[in-house]
Amino acid sequence: MDDVDKKILNMIQTGFPVESHPYQTIGAAVGVTEEEAFNRVKAMVDSGVIRRLGASFDSRGLGWTSTLCAMKIPAGRIEEAAAVVGEYHGVTHNYERAHEFNLWFTLIAPDEDSVATILGEIESRCGMGPVYNMPMLQKFKIKVDFKFKEAGGE
Amino acid sequence: MKKEITPQDADIMAQLQGTIPMTLTPFADIAASLGLTEEEVIARVRDYGEKKYYRRFGATLRHQKAGFRANGMGIWSVPDQASRKEIGEKLASFTEVSHAYERPSFEGWPYHLFTMIHGQTEQEVRDIARRMSQTVGISEYDVLFSIREFKKTSMQYFDHWPGREKS
Repeated sequence: MDDVDKKILNMIQTGFPVESHPYQTIGAAVGVTEEEAFNRVKAMVDSGVIRRLGASFDSRGLGWTSTLCAMKIPAGRIEEAAAVVGEYHGVTHNYERAHEFNLWFTLIAPDEDSVATILGEIESRCGMGPVYNMPMLQKFKIKVDFKFKEAGGE
Repeated sequence: MKKEITPQDADIMAQLQGTIPMTLTPFADIAASLGLTEEEVIARVRDYGEKKYYRRFGATLRHQKAGFRANGMGIWSVPDQASRKEIGEKLASFTEVSHAYERPSFEGWPYHLFTMIHGQTEQEVRDIARRMSQTVGISEYDVLFSIREFKKTSMQYFDHWPGREKS
């Protein structure tokens, strides 16, 4: 990856041009032709340096609701509970933590009613006690972008 | 779910939730696949950004979080509700913290504030948490690490958009 690639990445991480000929704009910004800009981006998509090129949708922006949930699962039954939880497509992250509240998952759903329905289903299907619903009450910070360093690589 | 988002909007956004067509004119190609004009698709996609349906439009890199190998969930007990905002903001001001929220507490779960803390190692994350605890004067806290991950995916909103056929 050379400096032109890095300049392109820094530009298109946050601002891929939403216009008819985006690669013309990208090329002009970094000093190469439209075709070269396109070939470089395509090569980085093909090689996997760029994992995805598209929109990062926001659950709140779309009017959906998201929450963090925890359960206290008896030792030895956590895989069983995790398998039930993981079946729901709105469960995007499901993991075990070292605590009495040991099974954690994030849930995204179109509205509060759907959240209640899904959590009720998980409780009755698992039969291992309540799901503790911990929606955000107050937000102090969310930082998701990590700047790609042009000098010195990653 | 926002009522003003039509099934056609969902069809357009479904084309943006993975990787857009790798062609010189991706929006023209999306438009052609949906029977719309390129101008209309571009105008709508810009509008979705202005309405904050998406946070950003661009490349997600494979290694963008490289360098931070350990992350722990810091949990903080702050029984005094009135001081949670000030303490939460102080905890959030640490550069090693990416997310900081207040969440409800329960019987057996006396924690109110959650912070995601990033470091090179678990020990470093614990050390950062100790400094945070000294700064805010909260001694009842813990740092939980993920032991096993069962599932991690990006939400595919438009595969499951109510009223829209799965494509």
